[in-house]
Amino acid sequence: MSTGVTETTQKTVGGIRRKFAPWTDPKAVPLIRYQNITKKFGDFTAVENLSLDIYEREFFALLGPSGCGKTTLMRMLAGFEEPTSGQITLAGQDLVGMPPYKRPVNMMFQSYALFPHMTVWENIAFGLKQDKVAKDVTAARVEEMLKLVKLEKFAKRKPHQLSGGQRQRVALARSLAKAPKVLLLDEPLGALDKKLREETQFELMDLQMKLGMTFLIVTHDQEEAMTVADRIAVMNHGKLVQVAPPAVIYEEPNCRYVADFVGDVNILEAKIESVAPGMVSLRSDAADTSLMIAQDVDGKPGDSAWIAVRPEKVRVALDPPEEQGVNCLQGEIWDIGYLGDLSIYHVELSNGTRIKAAKPNMTRMVERPISWDDKVWVSWAPDAGVVLTR
Amino acid sequence: MAQKAKGRWLVTAIPYAWLLALFLIPFLIVFKISVSQDAIAQPPYTPVFDLAAGWEVFKESFSELSFENYGYVLSWDNEFLEAYGSSLWIAGLSTLMLLAVGYPIAYGMARAPKSIRPTLLMLIILPFWTSFLIRVYAWIGILSPEGLLNQLLTYLGLIDEPLQILATDTAVYIGIVYSYLPFMILPLYAALEKMDETLLEAAADLGCPPFAAFWKITWPLSLPGVFAGCLLCFIPAVGEFVIPDLLGGSDTLMIGKVLWTEFSVNRSWTVSSAVAVLLLMVLVIPIVFYQNIQAREMEGR
Repeated sequence: MSTGVTETTQKTVGGIRRKFAPWTDPKAVPLIRYQNITKKFGDFTAVENLSLDIYEREFFALLGPSGCGKTTLMRMLAGFEEPTSGQITLAGQDLVGMPPYKRPVNMMFQSYALFPHMTVWENIAFGLKQDKVAKDVTAARVEEMLKLVKLEKFAKRKPHQLSGGQRQRVALARSLAKAPKVLLLDEPLGALDKKLREETQFELMDLQMKLGMTFLIVTHDQEEAMTVADRIAVMNHGKLVQVAPPAVIYEEPNCRYVADFVGDVNILEAKIESVAPGMVSLRSDAADTSLMIAQDVDGKPGDSAWIAVRPEKVRVALDPPEEQGVNCLQGEIWDIGYLGDLSIYHVELSNGTRIKAAKPNMTRMVERPISWDDKVWVSWAPDAGVVLTR
Repeated sequence: MAQKAKGRWLVTAIPYAWLLALFLIPFLIVFKISVSQDAIAQPPYTPVFDLAAGWEVFKESFSELSFENYGYVLSWDNEFLEAYGSSLWIAGLSTLMLLAVGYPIAYGMARAPKSIRPTLLMLIILPFWTSFLIRVYAWIGILSPEGLLNQLLTYLGLIDEPLQILATDTAVYIGIVYSYLPFMILPLYAALEKMDETLLEAAADLGCPPFAAFWKITWPLSLPGVFAGCLLCFIPAVGEFVIPDLLGGSDTLMIGKVLWTEFSVNRSWTVSSAVAVLLLMVLVIPIVFYQNIQAREMEGR
């Protein structure tokens, strides 16, 4: 299934932005390998027979609702949980059974877990002292880390004398101080307000590229995952649902769960009418018409399928579209959500099905051109939607 | 608003009135007796401030007060200083033993599954349901030459002759550690229980093995509980009377026992009052010290 979405992301290497997609290279050797991992807590299966490869220098996100097993998966890499069965290797080294204090990974905790009785300096130096690093080397490294997170002036403060954002930076500096092979980030920005969170996301990406390290982030925030990650693994009930770069996850979800979990979406139930190379025609009772989607589908006429269309790809207008006929439906404005940058129009079709269409507010708008109860046309191009078979 | 201010005033006034009536006034009475002189009279000291005898006599009474008794108590010729020293030593050593016994118990409780913690807490305070005096008496039955402990050890073939534990300092240590253990465990448990366990995960993650993590993270963070527990045990242990009297020997020298002898055998109210006032001074110093630490701790939060 491909409609030409870029399956790679850019990475700056030596000042030049290059394609970064080791997962498409069959010769690439993964840094982290989860092989047939199962983790049970009593009767509850947190992770079920899961296999996943993560490559060096990758910024990898585990995304899913709470209780989906993403945190357990990360904690197994840190050594706080042992898999019930399966194997975890890091750079070829078997990690199962190795205590956390011997593993070459460091974690940034959701609660930051800063040592309250130590200063910022002592917190960052803690890991280096454990490794009996020479005093002057430790001091230099701590200074370097303080500079990296812009906290030079706060070295002598205790954690409770810092703001939430500063504490988050200390936690990050502490986990980076030992230059681990992999940095684990457990909901690292969850406690920050929206604006600071967005800024920090870009700083994290920048840092990851600069340090050339492998980052594994656990998050339930799909925007955060999309922003920072090279690849996202969407999880549900202890299983991987889709593992792909953000654009693929968003534009070509492989099932209704992913389409619905990541971003906003209209999902229409349909039956396949006819299949041609690069085009499929479906009959949708919900839309009360036939719809066309430009896609190769693994199915035959009569099979059930679902059509997923993102609201921003749906055109809403008072006039019918110029090119009529394809994926064009008539309805009435049922509700409008004004978000400032966008307005979300909820359009009710004659049979009661509702379709969301997002429209950017390009000009200042005192009176809306489209208002409640207006008769409108909604339409989308054949390559705007995707057909999902599960 | 005025109503509200009145209510607030009342709320603070009640505990102060309580302390005034039941601590400060009795203390002043004891202090007054300590600067009086022994007399064969009823009450057995002089002067007695009696307004009924007239204003002049009342004023005269002031000139009879002196710190003579303090000089007597603080003189090296008498056994008081030795008793203070011995009390501090026994209380200090007992407190260390209490800490050594109490810390692992409190640690175990704080790390136990959440569901059984209330039960464990109950078990710690269960002994309070029996009178303190009865529990100390019970130790006589255990420690005496023909007591349960000696019987058991003889039965097991570990000893041929009964051990002389009762009426020694060892019995006093056993008694103090046994009696004061809940007062050590409870503040330690409170401190350990509120500690965030992810701190230990963070320490492990940064390369710190569990034993080192205990000394670097758990121990320093439990220090407020350690201080509280130590003071709660040390202060009453210094003035302890029942335990050395029942379990200790004739050579067990503790200030509580000395005070009692001075009061009831020598019938010197004035000297025993001076002993009590000095004991209070000895104990107030660590309390002030502790308050200071706590204030600094609060400031830190």
